[in-house]
Amino acid sequence: MTLFTPQQLIDFAYLVAAALFILALRWLSSPSTARRGVLSGEIGAVIAVVATLCHFEIIQYQWIVVALVVGAMVGVPLGLVPMTAVPQRTAVSHACGALAAALIGIAEYYVRIPHLTKFMMTEIALEVITGSLTFTGSLIAAGKLQEILPQRPITYKGQNLVSLSVLGAAILMALWLVFHPASTHLFSVMVVVSLIFGALLVTPIGGADMPTVISLLNSYAGLSAALLGFVLNSKVLVVAGALDGSSGFILSVIMCKAMNRSFTNVMFGAFGQVQASAVAGKEERTARSATAEEAAAILGAANAVVIVPGYGMAVAQAQHKVRELYDSLTKRGVEVKFGIHPVAGRMPGHMNVLLAEADIPYDKLMDMDTVNPEMPQMDVALIIGANDVTNPAARTDPGSPIYGMPILNVDKARTVMVIKRSMSPGFAGIDNELYYLDKTLMLFGDAKTFVGNIVRELGAGGQG
Amino acid sequence: MPSDFISNLYVFILAGFVGFEVIRRVSPLLHTPLMSLTNALDAIVVVAAIIITGRHESPLSTILGAVAVAAAFSNMVGGFLITDRMLRMFKLSKTKKP
Repeated sequence: MTLFTPQQLIDFAYLVAAALFILALRWLSSPSTARRGVLSGEIGAVIAVVATLCHFEIIQYQWIVVALVVGAMVGVPLGLVPMTAVPQRTAVSHACGALAAALIGIAEYYVRIPHLTKFMMTEIALEVITGSLTFTGSLIAAGKLQEILPQRPITYKGQNLVSLSVLGAAILMALWLVFHPASTHLFSVMVVVSLIFGALLVTPIGGADMPTVISLLNSYAGLSAALLGFVLNSKVLVVAGALDGSSGFILSVIMCKAMNRSFTNVMFGAFGQVQASAVAGKEERTARSATAEEAAAILGAANAVVIVPGYGMAVAQAQHKVRELYDSLTKRGVEVKFGIHPVAGRMPGHMNVLLAEADIPYDKLMDMDTVNPEMPQMDVALIIGANDVTNPAARTDPGSPIYGMPILNVDKARTVMVIKRSMSPGFAGIDNELYYLDKTLMLFGDAKTFVGNIVRELGAGGQG
Repeated sequence: MPSDFISNLYVFILAGFVGFEVIRRVSPLLHTPLMSLTNALDAIVVVAAIIITGRHESPLSTILGAVAVAAAFSNMVGGFLITDRMLRMFKLSKTKKP
């Protein structure tokens, strides 16, 4: 008699994998140990996959091998996308994960039809609904991030009612199936309706809310994997799904807090609608503008500078020029820091990745809570492609749609410089009073060109 | 209610707590790699897809399973790859003095 049955050995391998997954996330807490985390996750995944390939129930390998090869051929290019495309890649990856979970659920349904219990049917229906809606929702999110679909919120009258009725229909069908599991046609309709609901859920959400949406979809993808674990009685899936789900959930909460909005507000209230009242009381005000030469003189004479990058910096591909500016100022003995708002970029932490890619050391990247207390000591706050996250109205004007949103207090710095194409307001259509302060200088132009000009002026000044 | 359900629920709740505590500590610097790494870990559903494909119970289940294997495995490969690429870029200022 052997000590372990083959099934127990496989289960043991899965347990090791689950433990390694937890360690992987544990090591991700700091950039110095994070790569070890990836290695730990990879080892866990390899152990689990190899153990599975030895499973005694597998009688045919050809399709598995073909699928693995296809998966690798799709996965490698997806792992090599440029850093600016990481948000849409992440959305595609949520879609792939949810698709896999949904398809397995569907396959299990057809295999098990003759002996489906009510309980099992409930699990499968929930799993398939979650997986399907996450799949289409993520595809729509990816389309918006890739700018194939319009970034502006797409809304129509009675939208929430329509979306909720579609979800209600899917749930009613699931209920019917619990009592009549053999209705295969109804099952297919339920899948289609869930797919439609996913698309309806994400279509109305605007580009600026993408960090929250992408985190929520992450959480749904995790949930569908965990539900699949329940269906298949597979603990490693339950663990991985719970980890992914809680990660997505935590990130969604952080994103919502950073925009001072609730989940329901993000999901059911398109941002574009609030603006009308805000623009009403506009008066004629003047902003001061400055040239690259003047900006360079002020920056060169400063002791401490904080750079506040926003999504506009990434759009203009200005991060490498910003690095040159950082180098040039650091060489002159100016202390340069970066103040990063949690929603800067199109997904949580995106801005940090873009700046790290441009070789800016991560100890100079400060989050909002660290940099705000230091703002009064900053000689210059240089804002590149960020708008609403610097608007003091969030602190001072209870009538503003962004009132209460935590912002980077750049107006506390001695001088504020804003690189911007024109005076047009940001995505939310809210005027930024920061631009009219006496201490503010507007630097009009393309972010990349303007920062390049400043760097050139600094170089010229250094030689002269 | 099957007894498996309760034990799975235990695992789910406990893993949720562990996940919450561990992920709370992840530096905001690394939130993007966090998301790509959790996606790669989530791609462990590939093991379930492999089994359903390999059991070869019906043509439908084999096809659905094979597509699921490809989708999940692309996530696994791509997720680990891009996470490592991102993390390699994070450097401290002391190490790169000119």
